Parts: sequence; structure tokens; C-alpha cells
Amino acid sequence: MSEKTEVKDVDRSLHDEKNEEKHRYKAQKGLTPEVIREISREKNEPEWMLEFRLKALKIYQNKEVPTWGADISDLDMDNIITYVRPDADLESDWDQVPEEIKNTFDALGIPEAEKESLAGVGAQYDSEVVYHNLKEELVEQGVIYMDMENAVKEHEEIVREHFMKLITPNDHKFSALHGAVWSGGSFVYVPAGVDVDIPLQSYFRQNAPGSGQFEHTLIILEEGANAHFIEGCSAPKYSVNNLHAGAVELFVNKGAKLRYSTIENWSRNMYNLNTKRALVDEDGVIEWVSGSFGSKVSMLYPMSILKGARARAEFTGVTFAAEGQYLDTGAQVIHAAPNTTSTVNSRSIAKDGGHAYYRGLLKATDNAHGAKASVSCESLMLDNESKSDTLPIMKLQTDDIDIGHEAKVGRISEEAVFYLMSRGISEEEAKAMIVRGFVEPIANELPLEYAVELNNLINLELEGTIG
Amino acid sequence: MAKKLLKICNLKSKVEDEEILNGINLEVNKGEIHVIMGPNGAGKSTLANVLMGHPEHKIINGEIEFEGENINELAVDKRAKKGIFLSFQYPQEIPGVTVENFLRTAKTAVSGEQQSIFDFKFLLEEKMNLLDIDQSYADRYLNKGFSGGEKKKNEILQMAVLEPKLAILDETDSGLDVDATKTVAEGIKKLASEDNAMIIITHHNQILDYLQPDYVHVLVDGRIAKSGDMELAKAIEKEGYAEYKAEHLDESNSKTNC
Repeated sequence: MSEKTEVKDVDRSLHDEKNEEKHRYKAQKGLTPEVIREISREKNEPEWMLEFRLKALKIYQNKEVPTWGADISDLDMDNIITYVRPDADLESDWDQVPEEIKNTFDALGIPEAEKESLAGVGAQYDSEVVYHNLKEELVEQGVIYMDMENAVKEHEEIVREHFMKLITPNDHKFSALHGAVWSGGSFVYVPAGVDVDIPLQSYFRQNAPGSGQFEHTLIILEEGANAHFIEGCSAPKYSVNNLHAGAVELFVNKGAKLRYSTIENWSRNMYNLNTKRALVDEDGVIEWVSGSFGSKVSMLYPMSILKGARARAEFTGVTFAAEGQYLDTGAQVIHAAPNTTSTVNSRSIAKDGGHAYYRGLLKATDNAHGAKASVSCESLMLDNESKSDTLPIMKLQTDDIDIGHEAKVGRISEEAVFYLMSRGISEEEAKAMIVRGFVEPIANELPLEYAVELNNLINLELEGTIG
Repeated sequence: MAKKLLKICNLKSKVEDEEILNGINLEVNKGEIHVIMGPNGAGKSTLANVLMGHPEHKIINGEIEFEGENINELAVDKRAKKGIFLSFQYPQEIPGVTVENFLRTAKTAVSGEQQSIFDFKFLLEEKMNLLDIDQSYADRYLNKGFSGGEKKKNEILQMAVLEPKLAILDETDSGLDVDATKTVAEGIKKLASEDNAMIIITHHNQILDYLQPDYVHVLVDGRIAKSGDMELAKAIEKEGYAEYKAEHLDESNSKTNC
């Protein structure tokens, strides 16, 4: 995929010259340097960050909306300012949340209090306590875990050294936008040799005012460190702002191990255009666990760059696209050092006209000798209206690499449904059972509450019931 | 209480535009074991599928009565709940669903009673012992990676757990070696009782030697050409089906008594 983007970059420079005026004009109407300055001033940021934002804004203005993958032409880029404005909408009343989403919340059994916090009003509950206890324990070990805004000020040097170095504003239009308007997110620093044995969760942070659409997550694990970070909110989050362009940068140093779990269950008016990358040094390990259930459109391809010898990447992902959803997801792995290994295991489900695409990249540079890669992606379509496909791309510059690849696209088997029904199981339950079985290898990897959520989602989508 | 379980009257069916069953008549009472033999393509598996309610098979004429009720239009799962069971010739593999979870769900559905995890474990263990199935199978994914023999044994295990009133066994003995056939046949024999009935579809006589059926029917060209007892099965083993082909039969052989 990165190769594809690079090719487009070349094309773009030609178009950009012709269209420059038009873009400038559009940008004037939408996002201006004044707006950026205002954001930066409100955050009381160091000068270099403001400069970075302004540079990114320029790049944003000159980049085209990508035309490959999902159709995002409905996304109102002219009015981008409406997405960027600090999250006034998050404070919107619970009463303003659409009925269908409320019903889902009800069905999921989310308590009244929690519902309110999801809509952006109300304080944080249990998580607050958990966070403080956790914080104390972590601080003793030298772990830093704080929101990005404060990290920029309190840990300026290390943030500056890493911030948007892995994902740069030049990568694509939405990374440029992110660079210009990012807000909120988490900063995690784990010193050498420290093992954080409790998963760090970010969901309570995301309820904080001023964060949400463009959050930036920066995680640095020093040599031999170990951590598990869980991103996202375990329930659908409603916002009338419907563009999400976050960035996640993960630095895994020598022998360190990071597990990054995420569940995206945005409301179904959301364009989810997140960018996630991990850079893994010698003997380091990155494990991605990813669930994409929500949003109207998702384009999400976490990338692992294995730059040190024997570095390892694992990706385990599940995508569930129902009516009106176009979820284009997949894993990218770049083997850039000898004896690196990667395993990609993805399952996607499409139902009621939903589109679930797997788009993956496996790349090996010429020095990646002795590398091992295995990719397995399976798709299951539950009816004839739904679409699913797998597009695994491989670019290999060495032949001293061992690759296992398996891709399967299929419909739910009528014979299997008949078989289960012949044992007294209703058609809906039979289908749900087959789907649960299909995602079982992935569900096993999810944090417990997310596995429960996945299960509830399958029940809700297939049986119209919970539990 | 009448012993009558199943009554099939002049049943005709088709798949897409192809007519397969061509006027089947059959009555099955509790406590009976019926055998259906016939050449390839005669409609044996079709009969099994039509009785179970496979959506591809359309009934174009006739009636299936189960315990006095017409079930022509009844959904597959509802038939199972009434006590009809089909042991599949080619059981489906369901990855990610363990035998135990699947069977507990099925037992709950069929019995209408929630099965507690512990009670059900105990029940399953007992049935597995009865059929000489290793306990580790409970945790395996349903039919996934099972050998042909394991799949067939698993079908019989399901029958043992679900305790149907009418079990249709579609070539449960095909593809099994002599020893496996014996194990499966003994399992079936243990489950046969005065309160249930079985329809056994087979090509082979070996399983019949174990089961001692009450009736043997010859199914040819979508209809029952002849009914008899074990002697009929033995005659077929010697002489084949040639004399039962439609052109050799007169209409009286397919008399309707319904």
C-alpha cells in the first residue's frame, strides 16, 4: 500500500500545479492558518509544534483525496472546519443521539450513567479510579502515561524526537490533516526492562473534552520493555462530527514487546481514516489485535516495519460490515531486516449489503533474507447482496524468504445451516453459530470485554437479540 | 396412544425442475426399524432430505404426516423439535464450534429446557462412553478434521444426546471399514427402543446383520418398488436391483392405501 501511495504522490505533483488555485480557495473556505494558530494557542504549545502544524496544513491543502479503496466522495472536505472545530458536539445532549443508536446502547445493556458519558456529558466513573491507581504504580517504575497535550510540554524532547516521524504529513491527505489539527490522545513511555503487566486502557481518556476526532497516540517502549495498550471505547460512540483521522505511532525498541488492541465501533455515519504504524527493532515484537465493526467507511491498514533482525509482527483482525458499511481494512508488514517474521490472520464478515475488503501488503527488502511471513485472510458473506474480497499485495526484493499465504472468500454454506437446523437450532442461531465459529480464532485474542462485545454484536446482527 | 409415528402418502418431490420422488408410500410405527435400499440415484438421500425439510427439495404432491400432523410446510428446526433426526451421509464441518457447545445448544433447542453446563457435561460423558468415543472429542470443533468414521460416530453421538423419536440414518455405514461399521451398528442398536423408530438407508447388508430390521424396502426410480423383510435384503445382495426397475413393475406394486 505504501508503494501505491508513493506512486500516487508522483502523479499528484502534476495535478497539484494545475489545481493549486482551486485548492487554496477551498482551503480558505475551510481550514486556515488562523484556525491552526488558534488551536495551538488554546493548547499553549511550544513554537515548534505550531510550525509543524502549519507545515502540515500546507501539505494537506496540496494533497488530493485518495481515490483508491473506499468511496469517500460523500465526505465534505470543503467544510472540513466543521470536523476540526473543538468537540462541541461531544457535549451534545443524550436526547439528541439518534434513536437507533440509543436502542443499540440499550440492547448492549450499557447503564444509564455510562450512556451519558458516551454522549459526552457527565464525568468519568469507575475508570477514573482505575486510572489513578494504575498511574501511581506505573510512575514508580518510571512509566509515563499521560495525554498528548501535556506530554508535548512535559516531555518535549522525547515527543519532538518521535512525533509524526513514523507517520509523516507527507504520507497522505489525512495524515497531513492530522498533523495540522491533531488533538488529544495518549503518550506512553516505558523505560528499559520495565514490564507493565496491566493493560493500559485509553477509553476513558477519549471521553475527555477536546479529544476524539484527531487523537494522536505515541507509544515508546525502550529496550526489553513490555506493555499492552488497549485503545478505544467498548461501546459505540456517537458524534455528529463524522470524520475520524487519528494517528498511532509505536516505537518498539530492541527486545521490547508491545501488544496493541483496538476495537473500532464508531457510529455508522463515521468516516474512519486512521493511520497506524509500528517500528520494531531487533528481537522486538509488535502484536496488533484489531476489530473493526463500526463506521460508515473505514480505511485502516496498520503497518509494521520490522527494521531490526529477528523482529516479529503479528496481526489478528476481524471486520464486520453490515448494511451501509464499507470497511476496507488489512495489515501491512515490511520486512526490512534478516530473519524477521510476521503472521497475519484476518477474518471479515459482510452482511445486508455491507462491504468488507481485506487489503494487505507484504513487503520484503533485499536484506530481509531468512524472513518468514504467513498471511491468512478469510471472508464470509452472509447473503447475496454483501460483498467481500481480499487483495493481498506482495512486493519481494529477495527470494530468500519463506511465505505462506491463504485467502478464502466464501458465502455462508446453506448446507451447514441446514445441518445445524436439523438439530433443532433456529436459522438465525445457526447462522450466528457459524459466524461465531468463523471468528473464534480472533475472538480468543481479544481482551475479554471486547470478545463479549463481538459476541453481542454477532447476536444483535444475526438474531436481533442479546445474550 | 397410537404407535403410528410417520405416514408418507404418495409423496412426490423435485429439485429445481427435476422430479426425484415419484409417489412414495411408507408407514413407520414406534419400535420399528425400516431399511431402505436401492441403486444409486434412486432417491434414497432425497427421501431423507425431504423428510428433514431441506429447502432445495420441493414437495409437489402428497403428504408427510408425523404423529398425525401434516409437516409438509414445517421448518427444519421445528421438525427436529418434534423428534425427527437425520444422520447425514456427509456431515458438515463447523470450524470454531465445539462438539460440546453445539450439542448443548441443540439439546436446549430440542428439549425446550436450558441445559446447565455441568449437567450437560455429565450427560455427554455418559453418551460418549456408551458409544466408546474418546472424551477429548467434546472439545474438538464439530467434524473439523474428523475422519469419515469419526464423523459417522459423531452423528450417532448426536442422536444419542438428542433422543429423537424418528431417526433417519443416511448411509451411516458407507465408507466405514468392518470394525467401524460394527461399532456404529452397535451404537445404533443400543439406542433403538420401543419408543422410537429408525429408517436406515444403506447399500450394505453388514449393518443389517447387526440391526435385524423389521422391514426392508426397495427404492427404485423415486418409488418403493417392493417391501419385505431381511429375506428381501438377501435377495438383493445376490441379484441386484434389475428386476425392480420401473419398466418391470405394474402399478399394483405402488398401491396407495391413503
